Amino acid sequence: MWTLLQIELYKIFRKPRTYIAFGAIAAFILLIQLALLVNGKQYLQFVLGFLDDSFEIPYDKINNGYWICFAILNLLLIHVPILVALVAGDIVSGEANMGTLRLLVSKPISRTQLLLAKFLAAVAYVIVLLTWMALIALGLSIALFGTGDVVVAKAMELHQIEQHDVLWRYFAAFGFAALALVVVASLSLLLSTVSENSIGPIVATVCIIIVCTLISEMQIPLYDKYLKPYLFTTYMLGWKGFFYIGVDDDGQTIRGSVQNASAIFKCIGVLVAYVIGFVTASVLLFRKKDILS
Amino acid sequence: MPAIIQVEHLSKRFNDINAVDDLSFSVEQGDVYGFLGQNGAGKSTTIRMLLTLVRPSAGSIRVFGNELSSHRAAILRQVGAVIERPDLYKYLSAYDNLALFARMSGIKAKKDFLLEQLRMVGLEDRAFSKVKTFSQGMKQRLGIAVALVHDPKLIILDEPSNGLDPQGIADMRNLVIRLSRDRGKTILVSSHLLSEVELMANRMLILHKGKKVVEGLVSELLDPSRSVVHVETDNDEAIRTKLLQTKWSRFLQPGGNGIQLAMSKHEVPALVSDLVGMGAGIRRVDPAHSLEDYFLSLTTQPGHVDAAAN
Repeated sequence: MWTLLQIELYKIFRKPRTYIAFGAIAAFILLIQLALLVNGKQYLQFVLGFLDDSFEIPYDKINNGYWICFAILNLLLIHVPILVALVAGDIVSGEANMGTLRLLVSKPISRTQLLLAKFLAAVAYVIVLLTWMALIALGLSIALFGTGDVVVAKAMELHQIEQHDVLWRYFAAFGFAALALVVVASLSLLLSTVSENSIGPIVATVCIIIVCTLISEMQIPLYDKYLKPYLFTTYMLGWKGFFYIGVDDDGQTIRGSVQNASAIFKCIGVLVAYVIGFVTASVLLFRKKDILS
Repeated sequence: MPAIIQVEHLSKRFNDINAVDDLSFSVEQGDVYGFLGQNGAGKSTTIRMLLTLVRPSAGSIRVFGNELSSHRAAILRQVGAVIERPDLYKYLSAYDNLALFARMSGIKAKKDFLLEQLRMVGLEDRAFSKVKTFSQGMKQRLGIAVALVHDPKLIILDEPSNGLDPQGIADMRNLVIRLSRDRGKTILVSSHLLSEVELMANRMLILHKGKKVVEGLVSELLDPSRSVVHVETDNDEAIRTKLLQTKWSRFLQPGGNGIQLAMSKHEVPALVSDLVGMGAGIRRVDPAHSLEDYFLSLTTQPGHVDAAAN
């Protein structure tokens, strides 16, 4: 299995397409950082201005590397699934399209092992991509803007997190984001398993994510009750929960706490269930598939 | 010693299409076994079933004496194949492709060994060029190197001459002959060209619309003294059934109008005599076609489309 995983990773990272995502993420983040370097205060006022009547917000202090990383995650984590689909959607169907799938499947390895190796390679790709994102979004932002407290708005609440209590939340948020993107990768894998060309699974994954995200964002009671609880996109933004800090009975923030840990764990549980479901379905389909490409 | 490949009553249906229909054949140790048929005859589907790419609808496949479905990995470790086009990773070099598939076949090959394999197929000068810069013939040769890198006992080549120029076809043919003669490999090679099979194979099978037409030694099947004898009687079905109980059963050919027997022209009088003895009302006995003509007529007539093979 380890050999198969190495081979799959080798193939992914030798493919020029793989690096599109790394380039796109770097370009997005650098553009955001440049914009916030020049117009950071105005942007903060745009985001938090609606709370000006209730709070006195120290805009100059909170325009720091930690907050900018939070802003970048907010902007980017909706779009990164598209970049994940670009690689994961190609992982089986790309081989079918290229004609190499029949050579792979005629080797003395089980189809289950082959598909699991491909899935693990996609997971590794997600982790590397997020590490890259963390390095630029967090590392470079800290280098450019320094550190400081983070102020995050949630509806009409304002959560202020001391700078010494922030870093672990980013690690947790990136970990959560990795899990959310693994769901996307496993959905792409499933679609890739039933397709003979790369474009179909990539486009289908992106369409599913867009439609589900739109439904998840809509505030319609019918959808709230009957649809949203079953959509994985509803749980993909659960990483924000790490930035909603808990408070004690006196209204003082509790260092190292989160407001609703059980909600985060629920999101994690649902996302893990989706991964298991998508991967199991992929394996079952792939084991029975006639390779005609 | 068990046959290297033993196929019994193998069938594959794709929706309403019978791609392979009740096919039985065996390949013996050291054979270069020609698998002949027009495009869409079911050759590729059969080969895909031998390589576990396609699941049979019915029948059994035994390779090296073991059931393929239950000994898949152990069997495939001893099989090398080029299936239709030799598609490889275009963004990798010839060397990288070979190294990758060597690892997938379970061998840890050293650089010198891999370069030697590339030299054997004439690609040593392009070992580190990306495959996307290769001609069809070079890809085909690299495909052969990939198929041979783990020194398999059985080699399966599906239409290896496709897309090659005349020199490439001759090189491929010589390679197959050398692998059999010098290295003792058992080879199953499919083709839609009788001339190709005739030059390479010692035994062959002709497949038509998913069914076996004939199987045997190439030298016997293409013996110019042998013919396909067409017989028409007043009750072909009944006479065919009666012939199956006699010595003539081994000459009977499936399909076609009337009754067809692949046999020597010299035996026709004895056949007619037996038919009369069976009470057949003989309308026509026509030994006009040689076996070669008969095979050519099968392999050149417009065929049905085999969804699986195309």
